[in-house]
Amino acid sequence: MRTLTELSPASAKARADQQGRNKGDGPLARETSDIARQGAPGTTRAHESAVKHVTGRAAYIDDLQAPADALHVALGLSPVAHGRLTRLDLEKVKSAPGVVDVITIVDVPGHTDIGPVFPGDPIFADDEISYVGQCLFAVAAESHQAARRAVTLASVEIDERPASLDPVAAAEREEFVRPTHVQQSGDWQAALSGAAHVIESEQFVGGQEHFYLEGQACLVQPTEDEGVIVHTSNQHPSETQKLVAEVLDIPFHAVTVEMRRMGGGFGGKETQASPWACIAAIIARRTGRTTRVRLPRAEDMRATGKRHPFHNRYQLGFDAQGVLQGGDITVIGDCGYSPDLSEAIVDRAMFHADNAYSLGSARVTGHRAKTHTASNTAFRGFGGPQGMMIIEAAMDDIARRLGQDPLTIRKRNLYRAGRDVTHYGQPVEQLGLLHDLIAQLEQSSDYWARREAVVAHNARNPIIKKGLALTPVKFGISFTAKHLNQAGALLHVYTDGSVMINHGGTEMGQGLHTKVCQVVARELGLDLEQVRISATRTDKVPNTSPTAASSGADLNGQAARDACLTLKARLFDFAAEHFGADRGGLDREGMRLEAGALIAGSGEAERRIPWGELVQAAYLSRISLSEKGFYSTPLIHYDRETAKGRPFYYYAFGAAVAEVSVDTLSGEYLVDRVDILHDVGDSLNPAIDIGQVEGGFIQGMGWLTSEELKWNDAGRLVSDGPATYKIPAFGDLPPVFNVELMQGHPNSQASIYRSKAVGEPPFMLGMAVWSALRDALSSLVDYREAPRLDTPATPERVLMAAEALRQRTLASQEAHHAPA
Amino acid sequence: MVTLTINGRQHELDVPEQMPLLWALRDVVRLTGTKFGCGIAQCGACTVHLDGEAVRACVTPVSQAQDREITTIEGIADDAVGSRVQRAWLELGVAQCGYCQSGQIMGAAALLKQTASPSDEQIVEAMDGNLCRCGTYSRIRQAIHRAAEHGEESA
Ligand code: FES
Ligand code: FES
Repeated sequence: MRTLTELSPASAKARADQQGRNKGDGPLARETSDIARQGAPGTTRAHESAVKHVTGRAAYIDDLQAPADALHVALGLSPVAHGRLTRLDLEKVKSAPGVVDVITIVDVPGHTDIGPVFPGDPIFADDEISYVGQCLFAVAAESHQAARRAVTLASVEIDERPASLDPVAAAEREEFVRPTHVQQSGDWQAALSGAAHVIESEQFVGGQEHFYLEGQACLVQPTEDEGVIVHTSNQHPSETQKLVAEVLDIPFHAVTVEMRRMGGGFGGKETQASPWACIAAIIARRTGRTTRVRLPRAEDMRATGKRHPFHNRYQLGFDAQGVLQGGDITVIGDCGYSPDLSEAIVDRAMFHADNAYSLGSARVTGHRAKTHTASNTAFRGFGGPQGMMIIEAAMDDIARRLGQDPLTIRKRNLYRAGRDVTHYGQPVEQLGLLHDLIAQLEQSSDYWARREAVVAHNARNPIIKKGLALTPVKFGISFTAKHLNQAGALLHVYTDGSVMINHGGTEMGQGLHTKVCQVVARELGLDLEQVRISATRTDKVPNTSPTAASSGADLNGQAARDACLTLKARLFDFAAEHFGADRGGLDREGMRLEAGALIAGSGEAERRIPWGELVQAAYLSRISLSEKGFYSTPLIHYDRETAKGRPFYYYAFGAAVAEVSVDTLSGEYLVDRVDILHDVGDSLNPAIDIGQVEGGFIQGMGWLTSEELKWNDAGRLVSDGPATYKIPAFGDLPPVFNVELMQGHPNSQASIYRSKAVGEPPFMLGMAVWSALRDALSSLVDYREAPRLDTPATPERVLMAAEALRQRTLASQEAHHAPA
Repeated sequence: MVTLTINGRQHELDVPEQMPLLWALRDVVRLTGTKFGCGIAQCGACTVHLDGEAVRACVTPVSQAQDREITTIEGIADDAVGSRVQRAWLELGVAQCGYCQSGQIMGAAALLKQTASPSDEQIVEAMDGNLCRCGTYSRIRQAIHRAAEHGEESA
């Protein structure tokens, strides 16, 4: 038999040190002072890949070694937005140097539609062309350059048709990718007609390119039977497995998808990582060679969908205090050419049209407009941010109408006792938390003193205007597609006591793997070093949900915990009989795993069995040391017929205060200071959570300020690289940036250790910057009016808004001074 | 033939003179720590050092890198400043997805070689071309200050 290694802490440490020296990261790993190395949940712990990240050893798809004969793929993309493909002559492409294979739709052995939820996404265009960047054919060659050169030799003829690029016009023509959905609570018409005041307005909320720094990439190896192994930068390995199997017309079990880490995902690799894997898989099967796809940045930006741009309209009634009585809200999501995830994305915009405020009696209507652009898709917040923009705009509008500070109006409208049910029927829990959070931030950011200073500054300065705003976030946690709220995990304990955990979630920088390892370490009473996680693989945990909806740690953490609990119970049963059998066994009651040992009994009678000894004894006694875990979120339901239910297990809250300075003659502005207080329940890992809050805010701010997607009249994306599409850079980091986690409010629902999801909610904290810009502009008219400010609020848009306000002031002054 | 000195070791490469250094490093020498983000000098993911100065490897032809000391993320730990930067990065848990971080670390190390204790403004100026989509800028700023402090301690 094998030798079982004794697991003493001393030898484990010596081994780790030696390995560290071998790999060259010993000194680095040893001197981590801020980030504790003991890693129970609730404590700050370094990202599981931290050392690899700083030494360049963390491997992404394009870093994986492939056989020397691996093929490189380049894609032939449509140059027009709408039309019919009349001729596709690829003879010259096929005979170009280095080319090994060229495929089009006729070469697909199985399904040709790879729509993720609903049909509508052909793997290659067949007849109808639906957007610029749609895939027509793929070339596989000996080198990347050879493939790209060959693509240019194609002769493509398209009978071009007018492209539909305006979602509002499309909605008027009822050109939708999915049916319209309506939510209604109470008599909204009566609320409007009975209200003391009514505002009516509309807004355009821009889209957003994911700009994951690692572009779409995959590497596919043919296996010895009919299948493939797919390495992919991907948030949804199980779906890619399904789609690859379907296009190849082979059973799912012949496809294994492996995913170690992404260089950013943000939603852009939830459904839109699959097409490349499908294409590479077809080529790998046809040629028997490993096949690589890596999209160049400009192609990545043209071929893949983005955050949905939205057109929102609202008509809202409120009383003399500015409290909403009800109204009518319509959102039109620009979905692009196919459904993709747009059904759920527009739903989420509707679910968040209230943000943290009771709408009163309201009707919310959501349209999914079809246009000739790439199919818009998931992006951090998933429609929620676009929905919230309505009510945040309205809060500012109401405040100006009544001559009140916007914060006063926001606070009056927050969900509160008696006004605590959403327009889709879900009661809002933890109201105390919401109110405390805002009160605390109001104080810690010194809101009112700064308000005075801002007003004084603006009175003195005609050109540079300052703005200040506090905006809250209430974000619903759960997939709104109920069946996705499940997760699995696979736990192995090896005979040296080391532990391997796998789960269905994917790591994209959010620290999910670190958190899941912390859960396992806590349940088994081990050091974090003893728990390892490897790549996410469909042959380890099957039928998984995408890592999305912020739910990665909630779902997979619980599944991992479930596996630990079952294994623990088995080990306890075993230990109770096995150890100290001469003295009648151990006390099963109160047995626990702590500090690397099983502990039974207490006081005098306490017995400690070191983990290594326990594991070895269990193995020799033929007790299984492996377990699977499963979790499904309780309580949630939503009925589309009645548009009522409890779609979310709980809400996560947060709030931000932003201060800006605007040059009202140029439209240029600076974000001077940002203060954030964010709710993560009892944090699983404060360092990771604060990083998510900071990063989410920056990304949200970019969405609303600098990130402008531009298409030309022919439907071609012209902002197709970092030179023309501006994501936040170092200079956009606010000079003062205070970020804190709300303390003392564990999740009221039984989430994993009462923590809360953190991936998406902080994104919407960026709204404070937008609202502060409007505040600065309002000062131009003595705060009597909140100007319309569509997003992104680029300097150009800010300038236009400032000019419009000045014109109106002039006009009204002239009218005032005109002789009677 | 192009001769490159990378992390102190000489490599003879049979590549065209105009090949971007990034591809020579990644595809030929197989040092994949340096990343591709855009290919047009707009993101900083491919930052390496030539004689201690930060350059964008995606737009630097190998011919320009001959006769100069090339340092990549794989070799930066051997540099006193570089290893302090790595240490600060770990202490503050900077990286999220990690993809930009090789470039960030190389940028930060080059800055600290020139300016031992940079101000916030100097950090912005030096690092503005290094994009991070995960938005880790705040921690990068703190980590650069931290690495500068470590430098003072060891001075
Ligand atoms: S890859 Fe070189 S700067 Fe982006
Ligand atoms: S850490 Fe992800 S791009 Fe910087």
